[in-house]
Amino acid sequence: MIPVEKVITRNWGTPQSHTLESYRRSGGYRALKKALEMTPEQVTNEVKKSNLRGRGGAGFYTGLKWSFVPKGGPKPKYIAVNADESEPGTFKDRYILEKDPHMLLEGIAISAYALNCHQVYIYTRGEFKMQADVVDVAIAEAYREGIFGPRMLGKEYPLDVYQVRGAGAYICGEETGLIESLEGKKGWPRLKPPFPAVVGLFGSPTVVNNVETLANVPAIIERGGEWFAALGTEKSGGTRLICLSGSVNRPGVYEVSMKTTVRDLIYDAELGQGMPPGRTVKAVIPGGTSAPVLAADEIDVELEFEALKAKNTMAGSGGVIVMDDSTCVVRCLWRIARFYAEESCGQCTPCREGTPWQARILRRIEEGNGEASDVEILLNVATAIAPFPPIGLGNTICALGDAAALPVHSFVQKFRPEFERHIELGRCPFSERPWGHFGGGRA
Amino acid sequence: MTSAPFSPEERARFDLELDKILTHFPADRKGAAMLPALHLLQSIKGWVAPEGLRYVAEKLEVSKERAFEVATFYTLFHTEKPGKYVIDVCTNLSCSLWGAEKLLAHLEKKLQLRAGESSERWTLRETECLASCGTAPCLQVNLQHHESLTLARVDEIIERLP
Ligand SMILES: Cc1cc2nc3c(=O)[nH]c(=O)nc-3n(C[C@H](O)[C@H](O)[C@H](O)COP(=O)(O)O)c2cc1C
Ligand code: SF4
Ligand code: FES
Repeated sequence: MIPVEKVITRNWGTPQSHTLESYRRSGGYRALKKALEMTPEQVTNEVKKSNLRGRGGAGFYTGLKWSFVPKGGPKPKYIAVNADESEPGTFKDRYILEKDPHMLLEGIAISAYALNCHQVYIYTRGEFKMQADVVDVAIAEAYREGIFGPRMLGKEYPLDVYQVRGAGAYICGEETGLIESLEGKKGWPRLKPPFPAVVGLFGSPTVVNNVETLANVPAIIERGGEWFAALGTEKSGGTRLICLSGSVNRPGVYEVSMKTTVRDLIYDAELGQGMPPGRTVKAVIPGGTSAPVLAADEIDVELEFEALKAKNTMAGSGGVIVMDDSTCVVRCLWRIARFYAEESCGQCTPCREGTPWQARILRRIEEGNGEASDVEILLNVATAIAPFPPIGLGNTICALGDAAALPVHSFVQKFRPEFERHIELGRCPFSERPWGHFGGGRA
Repeated sequence: MTSAPFSPEERARFDLELDKILTHFPADRKGAAMLPALHLLQSIKGWVAPEGLRYVAEKLEVSKERAFEVATFYTLFHTEKPGKYVIDVCTNLSCSLWGAEKLLAHLEKKLQLRAGESSERWTLRETECLASCGTAPCLQVNLQHHESLTLARVDEIIERLP
């Protein structure tokens, strides 16, 4: 394993790590104190220097995003913290909320100060009931200790932080869907521009940042932007939380250097500890199901934004899902396609009509009723939603369209013979054993 | 007059909690409190009953159509009365790679329900990724999370419910 200093997970092993007392003992809220002695511009500059990039999916530079917020003006500024964590394969924010909510809250306080923001909403997915309770207790502690409220560590700076629970809708993780939901509506994404940093919540400038993104901010302020940048690569600062799941011996969340390759992640003794006995890697999704899949011969790639982009995929949300040689990729893709069909908000025709169509074709192929033309039709439908490559050509209001089309393009591109085999045989070649499609499962 | 959705005690609790919620939103944006208000309603009544929904709309000064539109958009709001226990089984990719299909089939047989169906006691649903893929397979019972499941463990969870 490439050694790297732990930033986000450093307190996870401490008993009672979620309490303010424990966080303070580990040096917590020192960075906020330091930030309050700086000007807001200096804080933003430090974040810019750190090369911190969004951990929610798009990998946008955080400092740059902040700098789009207009200075002054009559309108209030808002921060919306994205704790919706719904990208399949992603389960890191859950542990930040559970194990170290104050690291997030300190990041929020510093960011609010930098952005001249006095109202923050944390939007937490509805299924995180337990995590939401932990966060609410932490918020109450922060009020009691004079961190939130009318003054911030003694300095005149009113700040209200309020948690809103989502209610089961993947699309509310998309930043403008999230804003609509925070306004009390169904989560229908907005056409951009204008971007939320200019026109967001209640028509006011709004910064939407992911939980992990903001949890990095205290360390950046305390140790300096340059220190943070040096932990990463030339274009991406810091460490990364990677969520490893699927067919590996030791799934879990690992804080790693971005120079770690997918192969190392799977096989390293301190990380995934290899494949189950007798199994080999067949396919790996490197950044949540929205990211194009990698074939077994492509896994010597670093888990870094630019490196994955060069492979026509993306670092996304850090969700790495491993499929082994006993797994049917048609079945996997069908399950992924069903997800997007289920979660499409229905606003744009290509996404609303195309996502269930993809799922229907895949079902047909998997169940042995596919026809020779189906693979081409499938690709045509995916192309109508979003052509590929490169990523980002979607014909839709939000990137859920791209997210639904990219897996289809990439799975077919890399595993086409397996789709064709299903059609030729008139059945799934993995269906001999009961429950065999997903490699046997272990439940 | 709408039929009273709440007993006097329930109404007092709802009104008190809602007033607290509203302090976090701009005074002219009461409608923004829709999700917190619906969660509150559901926590008191067990579901988003029509009369309750009308009351929420009234309190937040939005149309009841808007309140209904929001309530039906989100899977966690029950606009029809669910069973006593709502079981959400994740069958997304990582969980399926660890046997979630088998687990769901087991539950369907055990509860004599197909996914999507309800009885007095159970509502069984297939759900999307619960952000617990490293401890797959997983499910939630009334939002209480259970992970790293085996069939035996699921039986135990179900059988222990009062
Ligand atoms: C369909 C869709 C779902 C998304 N879901 C999430 C999510 O659950 N959590 C998240 O942080 N970002 C999610 N995003 C990304 C957000 O739109 C946004 O880019 C992010 O919250 C910005 O924060 P960051 O710059 O700190 O990453 C999603 C994007 C799309 C298109
Ligand atoms: S792309 Fe899909 S999810 Fe996004 S706005 Fe359009 S219909 Fe809705
Ligand atoms: S796939 Fe089931 S929790 Fe993520």
